[in-house]
Amino acid sequence: MNELAITVVGRDRPGIIADVSTALSQLGLNLTDSTMTLLRGHFAMTLICVGAVEESDVLSALSPLTVDGGLLATVNVVPPGPPAGSGGAPYTLLVHGADRLGIVAAVTGVLAEVGGNVTDLTTRLSGTLYLLSAEIDVPSGVDFDDVLSKLDEVADRLGVEVSLRSGDADVL
Amino acid sequence: MTAPLEPVPDAGKVRPVVAAPDPVLSRPGDRVDPADPETVALAADLIATMRVSPGCVGLAAPQIGVGAHVFVVDVTGHPRAKTCHGTVVLCNAEIVEATRWQKGREGCMSVPDLTGDVKRAGHLVVRGTLPGSGEELTLTTDAFEARAFQHEIDHCAGLLFLDRVPGPNAIFARKVYL
Repeated sequence: MNELAITVVGRDRPGIIADVSTALSQLGLNLTDSTMTLLRGHFAMTLICVGAVEESDVLSALSPLTVDGGLLATVNVVPPGPPAGSGGAPYTLLVHGADRLGIVAAVTGVLAEVGGNVTDLTTRLSGTLYLLSAEIDVPSGVDFDDVLSKLDEVADRLGVEVSLRSGDADVL
Repeated sequence: MTAPLEPVPDAGKVRPVVAAPDPVLSRPGDRVDPADPETVALAADLIATMRVSPGCVGLAAPQIGVGAHVFVVDVTGHPRAKTCHGTVVLCNAEIVEATRWQKGREGCMSVPDLTGDVKRAGHLVVRGTLPGSGEELTLTTDAFEARAFQHEIDHCAGLLFLDRVPGPNAIFARKVYL
């Protein structure tokens, strides 16, 4: 069995997901975790699939979708990822403010310094408003107030608003 | 306020907790006869199973594989609880009033690897029947206990928290295991 990382990016139209997932299922590839969205009007999908299939077979199966240049596909065999729940406490990060260069780099840099792992991140530019929302795993033992004050410093420098709150779930 | 509403029934059996995609979690539970000894035994099993499950503040019959409208809630000592009625088992419960909706992140023993942001009423009136005596009970509660009641009543209706999330960006991989 191979675990395959597949990306498909390109001009959006109705039916891309149906076409790609049909091609993959016909190969016997099981689509496990995936995310698909529109980024500034461009279709973007990233999938992890599992099956006894080679990279070249997947590329050939997707070629009807990519030959006209409308979509770009990449396929790579990847080693299986670590299991979920690898530790750390979950936080939700929100940043918004006037768009400028380097917001994502500066904010995620603060988190990386303390070993914070971004597990999900989305940015949107809406007019001149820039919005970043992310899920972060912060290792236990990290001084939360220290991270907050560093984030505040960065936010002041960039002129944006930053908030970091616990993403802890209540198990019912 | 912590006031058990009735004596805890005879010690129940700890039963295995079933996880999605078990179909029992996705179909509405049958209404029960609260006076039926089977219902009383089921209530006791729910309490026993909840007690041995770390961090568990509620359990519904479908979660132990029984498609029935019975659940237990006990949020005693939970930091987000305000009103707390102690251990409450209700049969055939329904929501009478639900207001002050608030978003909160929930997990579920039957969906062990995911969490989700779900809006629940922060002020809730619930009506149900006590197992055994068959006495009808109307409870008014709030905050975390209200959330727990809604989560368990949903289980009895064949709904998971996954059925309540507002969109694809509101489901997360669970990070913290109790």
